[in-house]
Amino acid sequence: MAAQNLKHALFCAFITVIIAYPILGLNLVAEGTSVKLEGANTATVVNVFLAAVAVFLFQVFRDNIMGVFGKVPNLNPLAKRGPVPQEKRLLMERVFFVAIILLALIWPFIVSRGAVDLATLVLIYIMLALGLNVVVGLAGLLDLGYVAFYAVGAYTFALLSQYFGISFWLALPIGALLAALFGFVLGFPVLRLRGDYLAIVTLGFGEIIRILLNNWTSLTGGPNGIGGIPDPTLFGMEFGRRVKEEGNVSFHETFGIAYSGEHKVIFLYLIALVLAIFTLLVIRRFMRMPVGRAWEALREDEIAARSLGMSRTAVKLSAFTIGAFFAGFAGTVFASKQGFISPESFVFLESAIILAIVVLGGMGSQVGVILAAIAVTILPELAREFSEYRMLIFGAAMVLMMVWRPQGLLPMRRIQIELKEQG
Amino acid sequence: MQDLLYFSQQLINGLTIGSTYALIAIGYTMVYGIIGMINFAHGEIYMIGAYTALIAITGLASLGVAWLPVILIVALICAMLVSSSMGWAVERVAYRPVRGRHRLIPLISAIGMSIFLQNYVHLAQGSRNIGFPALIEGGVQFGASEGFQMSLSYMQITIFITTLICMTALSLFIARSKTGRACRAVSQDLGMANLLGIDTNRIISATFVIGAALAAVAGLLLGMYYGSVDPLFGFIAGLKAFTAAVLGGIGSIPGAMLGGLILGVAESMTSGYLSGEYKDVISFSLLILILLFKPTGLLGKPEVEKI
Repeated sequence: MAAQNLKHALFCAFITVIIAYPILGLNLVAEGTSVKLEGANTATVVNVFLAAVAVFLFQVFRDNIMGVFGKVPNLNPLAKRGPVPQEKRLLMERVFFVAIILLALIWPFIVSRGAVDLATLVLIYIMLALGLNVVVGLAGLLDLGYVAFYAVGAYTFALLSQYFGISFWLALPIGALLAALFGFVLGFPVLRLRGDYLAIVTLGFGEIIRILLNNWTSLTGGPNGIGGIPDPTLFGMEFGRRVKEEGNVSFHETFGIAYSGEHKVIFLYLIALVLAIFTLLVIRRFMRMPVGRAWEALREDEIAARSLGMSRTAVKLSAFTIGAFFAGFAGTVFASKQGFISPESFVFLESAIILAIVVLGGMGSQVGVILAAIAVTILPELAREFSEYRMLIFGAAMVLMMVWRPQGLLPMRRIQIELKEQG
Repeated sequence: MQDLLYFSQQLINGLTIGSTYALIAIGYTMVYGIIGMINFAHGEIYMIGAYTALIAITGLASLGVAWLPVILIVALICAMLVSSSMGWAVERVAYRPVRGRHRLIPLISAIGMSIFLQNYVHLAQGSRNIGFPALIEGGVQFGASEGFQMSLSYMQITIFITTLICMTALSLFIARSKTGRACRAVSQDLGMANLLGIDTNRIISATFVIGAALAAVAGLLLGMYYGSVDPLFGFIAGLKAFTAAVLGGIGSIPGAMLGGLILGVAESMTSGYLSGEYKDVISFSLLILILLFKPTGLLGKPEVEKI
């Protein structure tokens, strides 16, 4: 056993060197038209060998290490507790939502402009993640092209404002409905497919939308994108220093206060906040409605759900359409916040990030998804010096999460009735 | 005559690209056939193969080796070695611990692995695309007196021959060898194969290693054909190869070969007669259409759902 262990450990260490050394230790440097090979600095090479030694030691003492891990008492105090009674849990969730909304309301008045801008982005991600949560978390349909619907929302607003001068408030429902229509039209044929086929088809769809946006230069401006997207107005009041459109008044003149660029940022933030709360509440309602129960039933056991008379297509389609609707919502807000959009913002990685938020938060759990959206958006901002390692860590975190805690940080608890013990 | 020449040129280009898609597609199809998961990181393994081949070629050039067959063979061996080790390690780290869980979990783990590998190469080698030296130059020209000249480059011939050798070797391996037999047994029924004394873990690892080695061959060939590599180079190629695998019927090795060729030809016809920008749209639309009308693919067997 020991000899075999040693052999395996040596093999693993050897593999580590093979996969790490050529890529990390030998760097290709372009010199004009030709390519030259340069050895990396000694530190990198030493690190590669240290990694191999670490892998070797881990494999040799694998059983011992795993044994120690098993013996460590679980430090998480929540883990040992039994399930929280339903009323108490609902109360806790409500307290959490109220607290976070209160914090969100006072947030723009206590922090800097940059922090408000970041918070707007967080809210956009919360909207996206809550929408995708319906599709992936509740209905169990893996959608890898979610960003396509986000793009539809954003481009709808950008194009409508460019060609027809339509304002944010009118474009918001139009963008969301158009995204929902796209979801419906795409969903109709593809939802018959099994889980992983669906994932690839939606991924292909996302790529098609992006390529079309990139190449349909006459309409979308191609890779140059669309700029000059107007800011939202408050009952016809504009937030710019000067009024752009005839007949409008500006916000600072109406209220007789000095012009400040911050007004606009805060206003956009509040709009995003209201829309995020709207998204949260609507989806929360849906979860309690028969259609919400049907999503979960179909996710848990498709055959059982169908034999109880549920229409597979109708149930899945409703989840897909609702998810797309909120992505369109988020897209409109995003276009308005940036003032400029291009296909660059709607790449596959964006879909993967939103998916990672849903997975990290715990599929189906709204509290978890909100916390994960905040974490995934803010952590990279805080750790700017590691920014180049951001996506590397992100990918590794996705794998580790699936290996160790596939249910997410705060897994969803479904409403349940427990039988009291007899006697 | 000129139209015919133009058509044949597109056909040749399509078959060239298509045969490399087929090489990559085999990795997807074998893994899917055995454990029923989409190895999303396979495109990255192919990209790593292309990088390793380039590193080996540049290294040999700086050592002063100039004899072409030696360069190609050494590059091929290095690429296959690194890629298959990578394939083995990825399976060990990211897929084995989540095997048998809900379908979405291995897929998300694979997406994470794909992002990780992309950024691993990006950090180590930079994000810019790097030129791949054109080692095999020249070609045969047809119809020189006519307006349009059809050409068949030696590079394309190399691609055909290499692909043919790899496919034949793989078919023989699957059909004749003990491991190949075990592979087929495991893909038919993993549990039963286990009961009959086949080390299924070893077979699954072997599948990943074979798939990765073939992807590395494709990496070297396509790297030379396109003339450059970058860390994102695996993503689209991976998607295309997956499309090819689905087209031919996922789980079926001849299907992957056929699917690759069809996809390659469809793409080059699109760029030849419509517009090069939309060739990706065509291949993804093809994928969606195939899944809608014949989800089992051209050569796949219908899957019976058991309760």
